[in-house]
Amino acid sequence: MSESIIQIQHLTKTFGSGDTAVHALEDINLDIKQGEIFGIIGLSGAGKSTLVRCMNLLELPTSGTVIVDGQRLAWMEQDGEEEKPAHVSEKELRLARRNITMIFQSFNLLMQRTCLKNVCFPMEISGVPAAQAKKRALELMELVGLADKADAYPSQLSGGQKQRVAIARALATDPKVLLCDEATSALDPTTTASILGLLKDLNAKLGVTVVVITHQMSVIEEICSRVAILDGGVVAEQGNVEDIFSHPSTDAARRLVYPGGVSVAQYPAGTHAVRVAFNGGTAYQPLIASLAIDCGVKVNILGADTRNIDGKAFGTMLLGLPDDPNEAAKALSYIRSQPNVSAEEVEYHG
Amino acid sequence: MADLLTAEFWFKYGPLLLDGTIDTLVMTGISTVFAYLLGLPLGVALILTQPHGIRPNNVIYKVLGWIINVGRSLPFIILMVAIMDFTKLIVGTKIGVRGAIVPLVVSAAPFIARMVETSLAEVDAGVVEAAQSMGASTFQIVWKVYLPEAKPSLVLGGAISIVTILAYTAIAGAIGAGGLGDLAIRYGYQRRYPPMLLVTVIFLIVLVQLIQSVFSHVSNRIDKRLDSGHKKGFTPLEMLARFTHTK
Repeated sequence: MSESIIQIQHLTKTFGSGDTAVHALEDINLDIKQGEIFGIIGLSGAGKSTLVRCMNLLELPTSGTVIVDGQRLAWMEQDGEEEKPAHVSEKELRLARRNITMIFQSFNLLMQRTCLKNVCFPMEISGVPAAQAKKRALELMELVGLADKADAYPSQLSGGQKQRVAIARALATDPKVLLCDEATSALDPTTTASILGLLKDLNAKLGVTVVVITHQMSVIEEICSRVAILDGGVVAEQGNVEDIFSHPSTDAARRLVYPGGVSVAQYPAGTHAVRVAFNGGTAYQPLIASLAIDCGVKVNILGADTRNIDGKAFGTMLLGLPDDPNEAAKALSYIRSQPNVSAEEVEYHG
Repeated sequence: MADLLTAEFWFKYGPLLLDGTIDTLVMTGISTVFAYLLGLPLGVALILTQPHGIRPNNVIYKVLGWIINVGRSLPFIILMVAIMDFTKLIVGTKIGVRGAIVPLVVSAAPFIARMVETSLAEVDAGVVEAAQSMGASTFQIVWKVYLPEAKPSLVLGGAISIVTILAYTAIAGAIGAGGLGDLAIRYGYQRRYPPMLLVTVIFLIVLVQLIQSVFSHVSNRIDKRLDSGHKKGFTPLEMLARFTHTK
């Protein structure tokens, strides 16, 4: 196993105090390895954004330790009888933040600066000479595939292009870690795929560790090697993506992998099932109906969580396949032949 | 009113009107500069120290807010009289163009502080957070994020501030500050000479229109956000809405 780049130990974050206190994070322990793409998934309000902001101390942890690239950013100090939270000085933190940069759901580009100047921004604030900064910024624009947009203003770009500029900007200080806070949540599926592709690429090319915060299972599937599932401020489960997807052992994980409240206990052990993900293509009702008509295979909807966004279907559905292996295979290949639909066999272990 | 069309009128009153216009412009210009020197840092301080600002400090925020509100509660003419001794201390006289500048600055600075605060509050909190996440210092965030990002809005606010100060100079004219307001009162009102009143009114209208168009144009030109909602011009209705906050 390679070296740790981010270590989080016994991290808690509480907003407010007394009766109105909100425990956003409780006893979080994570160990993110150098060079990996690590996913943190959870529903809204699970504490994902707070957790990622504790990694660069945009939020100060209430207690616990945060170590990034061997440097303790936040820790607990003995103060007489009590333990008190402590953190690095403001100056040290500003330096550390150049090493752990961030991209956002809303891109957060400076609207009154050209793209090139946006990419120059972090170098400007860290005192890189202007000519050198410009040269590096042009290289980065090239790297994210937007060399021709250097002199454009952010308002002239599409969402995906804005995020590419934001990525170039985040890479300007040669960080070891790139934090992505719902970086693709505002983008359409095609653009999401291309941004995820870029992140994967950069991870391979530059060796930058990527931490991905998302509520979309598909994002985790697409690029992450390991994942932590955050539920109600605690890490419900963490491990390799395939392991968690095939054997979710906690309710929180099951809710994410099999949305729609499907519970293992409801079905006999060994039920042959397939998880179908809709990625913005055909509406989902015709799929089931045409499966019955075209193949003559009847499937059982065990659970579904699909949404209709702008007439396109998004979400996942869990289908119980017939016991007959031939029929099941037929259904599976039919589903897989549909555009914008992906299918994954899952085995229940009751 | 036919007087206005005669050469005699302009021969007689032209130099007076020219002097008055220059006085008004000098008073407005100098007061605006000094009022911004005070008001801009105050507005920035409000934004930084507000509860969700990047340097939250409730004591400073509340105290500044209170001082600004006090400054804005006093009608200009009362403030002008109330601080006369202070005015004399600073510029050596209570009257004339110089004597008007001190109360103009004292009165406009709190107003400008609120205008600046409003403009800076429009800057996307996410952009500020992004700058923080890159390790920008407070000064860098003010200098490289807040002020440049709010520039179009600050320029529009500048037009409102100048027009407000221009209006104050006319009030200052009532107690001997000179300028167009002074002419309107002395000739138009006290000597019952309507043509003079009319000319000063026309001059003031032209000045305000000029200031507003130039600033609106500049604001639009420098604004790089093309998407609707931001790029729209400054409609009279919006201006009216902002004016309701002035005294």
